[in-house]
Amino acid sequence: MPPKRQLQLPAKGAGQDMLLRWFLGFVGAIFALALTFSLFSGLKTYFTNPPAPLAAEEFHKEPKELKLSSDGPFGKFDKAQLQRGLQVYTEVCSACHSLKLVSFRDLKALGYNDAEVKAFAGSGKQWKIEVPTINPDTGEASTRKALPSDTFPAPFPNEVAARAANNNALPPDLSLITKSREGSAAYVYSLLTGFQNQPADLLKKFPDAKTPPNLHYNPYFANLNLAMPPPLTTDGQVTYADGTKATVDQMAKDVSAFLVWTAQPDLERRHAAGLAVVFFLLIATILAYLAKQQIWHSDERPTVRETGALDPKNRAKTSRAKAKAKVAG
Amino acid sequence: MSFSWAKPYEPKHPVMKWLDERLPLPRLAYGAIGGGYPVPRNLNYFWNFGVLAGVFLMIQIITGIVLAMHYYATADGAFNSVNQLIMRDVNAGWLLRYAHMNGASFFFIVVYIHIFRGLYYGSYKAPRELVWMLGLVIYLLMMATAFMGYVLPWGQMSYWGAQVITGFFSAFPVIGEPIRVWLLGGYAPDQAALTRFFSLHYLLPFVIAGVVILHIWSLHIPGSGNPTGVDVKDEKDTLPFHPYYTAKDGWFAGAFLLIYALVTFYVPNYLGHPDNYIPANALATPAHIVPEWYFWPFYAILRSCTFNLFWIDAKLWGVLAMFGSILLLFFLPWLDKSPVRSGNYRPLFKRFFWLLVIDVIILGYVGGAPIVWWRTALGQVAAAYYFLHFLVILPLVSAFETTDPLPNSISESVLSGDAAETPVAVAG
Amino acid sequence: MATKASAGVTGETGGDGVRRRDFLNVAAVSFAGVGTVAALAPLVVQMSPSADVLALSTTEVDISKVQPGQGIKTQWRKQPVFVRNLTPKEIQEANAVSMSDLRDPETLAQRTKPGHANWLITLGVCTHLGCVPLGIGEGENKGPYGGYFCPCHGSMYDTAARIRQGPAPKNLMVPDYKFTSPTTVQIG
Repeated sequence: MPPKRQLQLPAKGAGQDMLLRWFLGFVGAIFALALTFSLFSGLKTYFTNPPAPLAAEEFHKEPKELKLSSDGPFGKFDKAQLQRGLQVYTEVCSACHSLKLVSFRDLKALGYNDAEVKAFAGSGKQWKIEVPTINPDTGEASTRKALPSDTFPAPFPNEVAARAANNNALPPDLSLITKSREGSAAYVYSLLTGFQNQPADLLKKFPDAKTPPNLHYNPYFANLNLAMPPPLTTDGQVTYADGTKATVDQMAKDVSAFLVWTAQPDLERRHAAGLAVVFFLLIATILAYLAKQQIWHSDERPTVRETGALDPKNRAKTSRAKAKAKVAG
Repeated sequence: MSFSWAKPYEPKHPVMKWLDERLPLPRLAYGAIGGGYPVPRNLNYFWNFGVLAGVFLMIQIITGIVLAMHYYATADGAFNSVNQLIMRDVNAGWLLRYAHMNGASFFFIVVYIHIFRGLYYGSYKAPRELVWMLGLVIYLLMMATAFMGYVLPWGQMSYWGAQVITGFFSAFPVIGEPIRVWLLGGYAPDQAALTRFFSLHYLLPFVIAGVVILHIWSLHIPGSGNPTGVDVKDEKDTLPFHPYYTAKDGWFAGAFLLIYALVTFYVPNYLGHPDNYIPANALATPAHIVPEWYFWPFYAILRSCTFNLFWIDAKLWGVLAMFGSILLLFFLPWLDKSPVRSGNYRPLFKRFFWLLVIDVIILGYVGGAPIVWWRTALGQVAAAYYFLHFLVILPLVSAFETTDPLPNSISESVLSGDAAETPVAVAG
Repeated sequence: MATKASAGVTGETGGDGVRRRDFLNVAAVSFAGVGTVAALAPLVVQMSPSADVLALSTTEVDISKVQPGQGIKTQWRKQPVFVRNLTPKEIQEANAVSMSDLRDPETLAQRTKPGHANWLITLGVCTHLGCVPLGIGEGENKGPYGGYFCPCHGSMYDTAARIRQGPAPKNLMVPDYKFTSPTTVQIG
């Protein structure tokens, strides 16, 4: 085996290899050419015909900050806030928005007992929408009172009815709204409290961007004009059962917190299980690392030892001999 | 493998003897992952990622099988079966879903590190070309599996991702559109596509497992590579896989699973896209369709081709470039024929390698972000570099570079820490 | 993967060193083992009935329209339930049977609620192999004992739905129920 390896050109006999490499190099050059053409044509288009600025780019706002008790790795729900949020949803939002993935029995997590859940769902005093069913005698479509085992019935029977009642806009289901929007709960809160008049300088800069008559200006919405009219307009719109003052800001916060729960009912369990698993894995990893170190540094491992001139004994001999002969190094 | 000093299997326990006489599985395991497989003693932690990939394949298969017990593969029921039934009602359903979702991402993280290890240390070079190519087959199967799995929840990104990816095939003239319709079983992703994707998504991981066995088998013929790229010469160069590398793999797996647990339990939706929590709507396209992060570099290459060059239109260029960017990797053992394997001893190659890493990261960034003129330009430069790197630069570098002197053996490199410059190295 | 890492006990350097060696390995492997078993828990538990299935474990039935001598078939936990309004003759027949004649001795009083002795509410599932017996509907074959008749293997039940003849081992099961009003029964 040669002691040192130098650069070696590929074996001359590998004619097929060379052919392959030339072919592939050619292919690569062609792709690079296509990309270069794309680059230059794109830059040319941009600089000769720059796209017009959009109102949305300049006037869209990032969500306001919202601090919830469920934030962070140790977050927990504030049950009282969730109950208030449920009240806001029931009395304000459920007129247009469904909550199809949540069952009434899930509300036990908010601190209600079985009887309260049954009363909420079926008594008609709080939750008013009934569940579609068929008449057991005639077979005609009819409705019945909700049971705890039902999911929240929707305000509209289907998408067509929902659009017909809302100027052809479809109010989205709210079960997962805080997981399906960038900005999560802070976005929902900002949207609910962000309705305002279109600013004058927007109209000056973009005269074509006047908010159409059926839409409402809201800078927290991606294209600034939202089909939903402001749902929370006055303080005291809802009378909280626990006596908290129902300002618009408070109602928006509470319903946002509630919608975090509807999207992530597993949150508290997940954080608790996570703590146990992470803690366990930390200990297991440390133990496994110590075991590994011990195996690798045990006396049984065959070690590689310096030999010949590098053997420490021989090196000592060499340096002694050198010192005697008064040779440097 | 053919190392003469590999310890032979000697079963002590009578049950193991009985089994081994009738079906030599214990012998096989001993020779593959036990005390009977000599492994270079100088492996660094980049060699842990192969086993780690196997761990995540297992996690995905197990969580996938239990999720399939509750999932409805219907266009009407799929979204609710995932987001209502599994996430809320099934016992521990939320845990299984988040574990499976993030397990896919972590599987790709591990595999990408594993691939880049191969690129740097020349693991694709003779005699391990087939190991490399089987690995690429595994990667292609993983991408197909992940794509189909992402369609199953039938959210907005599921649907539109399916629309875009099956749309690639319509770029091909004449046969493209018929192939697309054949794949979907219809003109747009719908029930037919969903059920067949479910069937194939369940099947492919087991095909992957089979190819993994071939991948490991083909590796064990020449034996594992090592950071110096120098072949194993004698017993001094190796250690038995068990207990040294079982212990090393074990603790590192614990550490990696810790990171996996942190993501799964505390930020489970961080690597995903919020739009997939909106039920699929064939009539409304999301503002920015993007695939999952592990496809972003290829998505950037796809979107970079915007010019109709020669008689091929931009859409077809994009599709060809995207498929080409993966297929060219099969040719790597012939593009880079330098007899020096490891980047540690190839200073020029090393510089280009790091350029490639930065290039792929840039491509990933461009692929996941909304389209803006300067990002598109950046992506086009990065995509061009990618092709030039593998198809032009590497062959030239490997033919003309000056490599550093290699150590004489693995044990010598272990002694001196780096490339040995010992004038006299006497073995024994 | 942490498997049994036996560091080998050759080349002792002292008994104490060996013990510490083994202890650390055993500790690490046991910890990993416990973790693996704990990780199995969600995999096993996910097969148990989910919350939506458990929620359907109570049903309310309106019995206002069921006349004496009539019965209705309804559903509880996705299984058929027979709600029968017994006539005084049927009650008398049931009470006249002696316990020693019964394979599964129970009196009618034990199978009904006090004050509602005419309401016989049982599962409509034959205790042999699970078919739905005949006899609840108008004109269905009630069998020679005037109760229910199972066509699959010939089990015959009397007016108190007790097994009298045939291969079934037990009487038709009486679920937990209570009268929430004179005309509604809550089962489960």
